[in-house]
Amino acid sequence: MADKRRIDEATGTSTVGHEWDGIEELNTPLPRWWLWTFYLTIIWALGYAILYPAWPMVHSATKGVLGWSSRGQLEKELAAEAQRRAPIVNAIAATPIAELPARPQLMQAAIQGGGAAFRVHCVQCHGAGGAGVKKLYPNLTDDDWLWGGDLAAIHYTITNGIRNPDVKTTRTSQMPAFGRDGILDAAQIDDLVSHVRVISRQEKPSASSARGAALFSANCAVCHGAGGEGGRSVGAPKLTDAIWLYGGDRASLTATINQPRNGVMPHWGERLDPVTIKMLAAYVYSLGGGEKAPAPAAVAAAAPEGQGADGQP
Amino acid sequence: MASPDDLTGGKTSLYAARKAVYPKRVDGPFRRLKWAIMAVTLAIYYGTPWIRWDRGPYAPDQAVLVDLAHRRFYMFQIEIWPHEFYYVAGLLIMAGIGLFLVTSAVGRAWCGYACPQTVWTDLFQHVDRLVDGDRNAQIRLAQGPWTAEKIGKRALKYAIYLTIAFWTGGAWIMYFADAPTLTHDFWTGQAAPVAYGTVAVLTATTFVLGGFMREQVCIYMCPWPRIQTAMMDEKSLLVTYREWRGEPRGSTKKAMAHPGAFGDCIDCNQCVAVCPTGIDIREGPQIGCITCALCIDACDGVMAQVGRPRGLIDYCTLEDVAAEKAGGTARPVRKTLFRPRTIIYFSIWCAIGAAMLFTLGQRTRLDLAVQHERSPLYVQLSDGHIRNNYTLKLRNMETRPRAVEVTVSGLKDAALWTEEGSRDKAAQRITLTLAPDSVTRVKLFVAAPAAGAARQDFTIATRGLDGDPRGDSETIQFDRPPADNQEPGQ
Repeated sequence: MADKRRIDEATGTSTVGHEWDGIEELNTPLPRWWLWTFYLTIIWALGYAILYPAWPMVHSATKGVLGWSSRGQLEKELAAEAQRRAPIVNAIAATPIAELPARPQLMQAAIQGGGAAFRVHCVQCHGAGGAGVKKLYPNLTDDDWLWGGDLAAIHYTITNGIRNPDVKTTRTSQMPAFGRDGILDAAQIDDLVSHVRVISRQEKPSASSARGAALFSANCAVCHGAGGEGGRSVGAPKLTDAIWLYGGDRASLTATINQPRNGVMPHWGERLDPVTIKMLAAYVYSLGGGEKAPAPAAVAAAAPEGQGADGQP
Repeated sequence: MASPDDLTGGKTSLYAARKAVYPKRVDGPFRRLKWAIMAVTLAIYYGTPWIRWDRGPYAPDQAVLVDLAHRRFYMFQIEIWPHEFYYVAGLLIMAGIGLFLVTSAVGRAWCGYACPQTVWTDLFQHVDRLVDGDRNAQIRLAQGPWTAEKIGKRALKYAIYLTIAFWTGGAWIMYFADAPTLTHDFWTGQAAPVAYGTVAVLTATTFVLGGFMREQVCIYMCPWPRIQTAMMDEKSLLVTYREWRGEPRGSTKKAMAHPGAFGDCIDCNQCVAVCPTGIDIREGPQIGCITCALCIDACDGVMAQVGRPRGLIDYCTLEDVAAEKAGGTARPVRKTLFRPRTIIYFSIWCAIGAAMLFTLGQRTRLDLAVQHERSPLYVQLSDGHIRNNYTLKLRNMETRPRAVEVTVSGLKDAALWTEEGSRDKAAQRITLTLAPDSVTRVKLFVAAPAAGAARQDFTIATRGLDGDPRGDSETIQFDRPPADNQEPGQ
């Protein structure tokens, strides 16, 4: 290429001497240090490729001299986190479940950890917020408990499950299938439904409910209590309040008495470690319905017609 | 800069080596102004982290602290929380508009006096003169062989460079932690790795950018000179060579031999010799000129020696130079500073500053954010009432523990309690103690009768109980089961 370097008039800058169809290029040289910076980046890249995983091979990339991997880093961070949490976890392990609320910091940590465990193991039935599924799984956020809502009772339920055939210590009971097994006939069940709807203040007393009251005393009171206040030792629900797991209308009550569901729950004592179960109990307790542990004296003195759920044994 | 000489000789290189600059020592009003600004800016930079400011037992006592770990920014009596970051954004906008204002009024004054690159380059150039001597001695030393003296001087110079650079990097980290503690930890090897890393990086950049790159940073790396060229106009005050007065150039000897044939410029090249970026101001405004005005000092000194009036090189607008050339007179500086453009910039700058000061004065230091729990939206209670759950985030932004109350309004017969309380102790209001300078999360249970709209707005409010009753409130929904889904039994 002919050397046609000249000073460009408009800019006062020299051209580089090339010319293609009358197009020329001004000579504005790059600073030399820029070139050195560029070479430095190449050297840096070489060092990087030697120290860290870089070259794709058949099965995986080259390991790199430092042996670093993102998975290894994650494991290291998880181990560090576990070590950071160890004092709290140990403290929770050493604290009896009923004494957790007296140590607010531990309680809060337990609630946090329990929330995480709940989202893994419990949401499938009880729902993301613990609200359960109507006619299937009980709501854990309300103030009505089948088997007891204080920390120890919740802890026992989670550990042993409900009507679980694999553990002897499981919470268990069985409501007879009054209709299916022919213990009561359809008219008697209808009277019983009337009585239950009267004690839950959904209907006015009637002749049917008066007949039902007698049937109730004979067949139901042994578990559900004389006034229908429920019995937690056998998981018999309270029949006088506004909460109905399987529905409180006539059709639902009739179906329940005909053929009860007798819901089940897995026992978690073997699948989860003791600290996680404690944390789960604390979390469920914190959802809004947690009850104070009943004092021994209060249990004896509890009035069966207590308005709140608190007085229930 | 290309010259016809470049056309002779061999191949054109695509890369240009840096032409070393050896600025000469100079004295004058602008040099003394630069001394003063350098002293003030360096004192602010190195000294600020060491100022103490008592904030009581619950907050750090460092006057200026960017506490990244706890996400707080302290500046004397002002404490900024992350959600108030718009104050920092406002400051940055003010800094931007301030630069527009300064540039349109007095050109690249920022570049010439206050830019850290300028201040540190200036400092390093003083080190050069201290160790190697003035311009000519520096050139001689640079071109001379590597004698023991040269090696010794270079070693000394780089050692001083490195000390300044290390001190600069070390001062930076003091803004991010308690300075005395960090200094102790730093020297006893207990500081965080990021502290050492930051010091190492800033030491390296200061050493390289201040010691060697210098004007290359301004010309090739910094975007600001390019932006500034778009903001300056013929009405901006610039360091300008009065070409009409100086040309044609000639020595005093020539001027005496041919009176009237030569201008005032005696072509002594002092303006070039003192220039820290190595340019010739007589070629007109250019990207390399940071308007440090040292050439004005140099030229005024020469003019005084040869008995000619000062101001051959001067702060002057291009418009005024043209007017003077045509026989008119330059407008007074006051008039060049106050013109619509600078006044508009100044007004915007003041308006943003005033708005920020106003909001700063009005802000409450107790803040409430309410989240309605969605899962479940409502809970049926055994006595027929409906309960909704809320998560309250109470921000106590004061550096003292505070007693506050939480109340609800607009929800008939509402009862509230928290995780610590229980429904039998529920009330219309609850009191809480908030830890100082922190966010307290409270799970709030609100129960109300089932009769009412399926979705009802009500207000949760908080206020201080300890003298300062200001607070915050938020309107939020209370959900009930829809009428057709209502549990029987009510």
